[in-house]
Amino acid sequence: MLETRKTNGEIVTGSVKLVHAAGMHARPAVKLTKLAKRFKAQISIRASDAAEWINAKSVAKVMALRASRDSIIEIKASGEDAKAAVAALVDLVATDFPDTGP
Amino acid sequence: MNERAAISQPAYRGRTASGGFALGPFVRIDAAPNGVRVTGSCADEALALRAALAMTGQQLELLARAVGGEGAQILEFQTVLLEDDDFLDPVFAMIGEGCSADAAWASALDAQIADYNSTPDEYLRARSSDLADLRDRVLRVLSGDRDNDTEMPEGAIVCADDLPPSRFLEIDWSKGGGVALLRGSPTSHVAMLARARGVPMVVQLGSIAEGAQLAILDGEGAMLHLDPTSEQIVLFEDRRATYRRERAVARAALRGPAASWDGEEIRLLINIQRVEDLEHADAQYADGIGLMRTEFLLGEQAGLPDEETQYLAYDRVLRWAGARPVTIRTFDAGGDKPVPGFTEDGEANPFLGVRGLRLCLKRPDVFAVQLRALARAAVRGNLKIMFPMVTAPEELEAGRRLFVDVVGRLEAEGIAAALPELGIMVEVPAAALTIEQFRASFFSIGSNDLAQYVTACDRSNGSLARLIDPLNPAVLQLIGRVAEYGRRAGISVSLCGEMAADPRCIAALLACGLRELSVNPSSLAEVKQTILGLNGDNRD
Repeated sequence: MLETRKTNGEIVTGSVKLVHAAGMHARPAVKLTKLAKRFKAQISIRASDAAEWINAKSVAKVMALRASRDSIIEIKASGEDAKAAVAALVDLVATDFPDTGP
Repeated sequence: MNERAAISQPAYRGRTASGGFALGPFVRIDAAPNGVRVTGSCADEALALRAALAMTGQQLELLARAVGGEGAQILEFQTVLLEDDDFLDPVFAMIGEGCSADAAWASALDAQIADYNSTPDEYLRARSSDLADLRDRVLRVLSGDRDNDTEMPEGAIVCADDLPPSRFLEIDWSKGGGVALLRGSPTSHVAMLARARGVPMVVQLGSIAEGAQLAILDGEGAMLHLDPTSEQIVLFEDRRATYRRERAVARAALRGPAASWDGEEIRLLINIQRVEDLEHADAQYADGIGLMRTEFLLGEQAGLPDEETQYLAYDRVLRWAGARPVTIRTFDAGGDKPVPGFTEDGEANPFLGVRGLRLCLKRPDVFAVQLRALARAAVRGNLKIMFPMVTAPEELEAGRRLFVDVVGRLEAEGIAAALPELGIMVEVPAAALTIEQFRASFFSIGSNDLAQYVTACDRSNGSLARLIDPLNPAVLQLIGRVAEYGRRAGISVSLCGEMAADPRCIAALLACGLRELSVNPSSLAEVKQTILGLNGDNRD
């Protein structure tokens, strides 16, 4: 999806290990998609070894990844804030989806 | 006490999920909406679904704001799904092909639910009830059934097959009422919410008669009475008034001097599941924390929790306790508490499987993080640590070696740490029978599991409830054995199972020689009152 889209920037990628005990379950998935939606960039993710990239802004798709603990989450983004988006998402997963205060 | 009422109307026995009493209009609610709607054109249907999704989103948001905390987090997944175009686009595509809004929505959600249910992952399967809740919620709005909630009469006894948390949360419980579930479970999410809110709830009632108008829900006796006679109502009101009076007196007693029995002080401690449990109004009167469970740290909230997260939780509890003792139990996962990514999958008998300390010793990577956090917390207060599900002395020693090792490494890193007192849970009969062989600083009897293993009855199997009676002489004999050894050897022994809070059992436990009981904060008042009452009997 990303590759075919015309953007003014290159594709930014990142990868991070999922340390969450339960894997990519409801609360992590909700946090990840909510954060992804804050960026304009098109963002896709996939779990280790999966062929398919999925939309990081879709909670249904992220849940369907069934990413288990210790799997590597790859993230790629394109668009104006792609770099910031990848950095923020990597940080979110690496810090194990912390609760952000109100 | 139940026998006083001559029962002439249908009465059903279930299991208590939340105590207390309620008398009110009997309202049967069904999970599936039964409103009929007329299907319009493709464009109309798409508009109808958009409107219904928006309306549902608003309802969920209002509800989340009103309930806050854990309840709100349970709802958030549903809210986010309503805004997920990747998920919704196929639904609208179906409508474009001539499908009605409700059929398209239901089939998309049903497919998703089936998908979740087909995974071996217990956690995902549990999420499918959230999806079913969302499906029915949107269908209710689509069928114009949105007055459903406001029509709920005040103080109603709400009866359903099972009740999703969101449905529970949107009912106004401030005027009383209760929940009667035909299925359900005392350990479900909705049961936790009911206990937190003080709404009586009885579950596993089986099938019941149709068409009742009024009901009595007795959360103490786990009974539901339909269309009670006026005599029954009078008896019920007496019983409820007595209950309330006793609660008030018991709460007053909490502020009084410590309870004693047979000339010895009885220490009453509390069990907590999570740090927030300390907010219970009665918690402050406890002599300490007899059992802090740590499995909440393994929930999805924090994942396999890092050292800092754990340390902060332990530290908060120690600061709350001041000089009072705090006994923290290391991770007791497995059995009926599976943790994805930690516990073993596919065990034929999880209660007899790799659980408690057995699992921690098998996963030193996870265990060492907890021990590090605990060793750091140990310098902050009166901390004791106990290992769950210990069978043989070498398990305690293996845990101790890991702990000593962790403390050594922390000290080498220049981080303040200490090795706390180490004790064990006594819940495996083999441990109770060979208690003299354990080099433990204290023992804590986990009577729920002990009774389960001694009587060979699955705790979660309702049909064995009679056999798993904790007053079974075999269970009492083991408790007495441990208490007596503790007395002789000068090692403190407490009991932290449900029987410590069961007024029927307290006299027997004291007679066994126990002088330390640990109960939920909400039971503290009643337990103290019961012990004071026993003293009265002694003096007579």
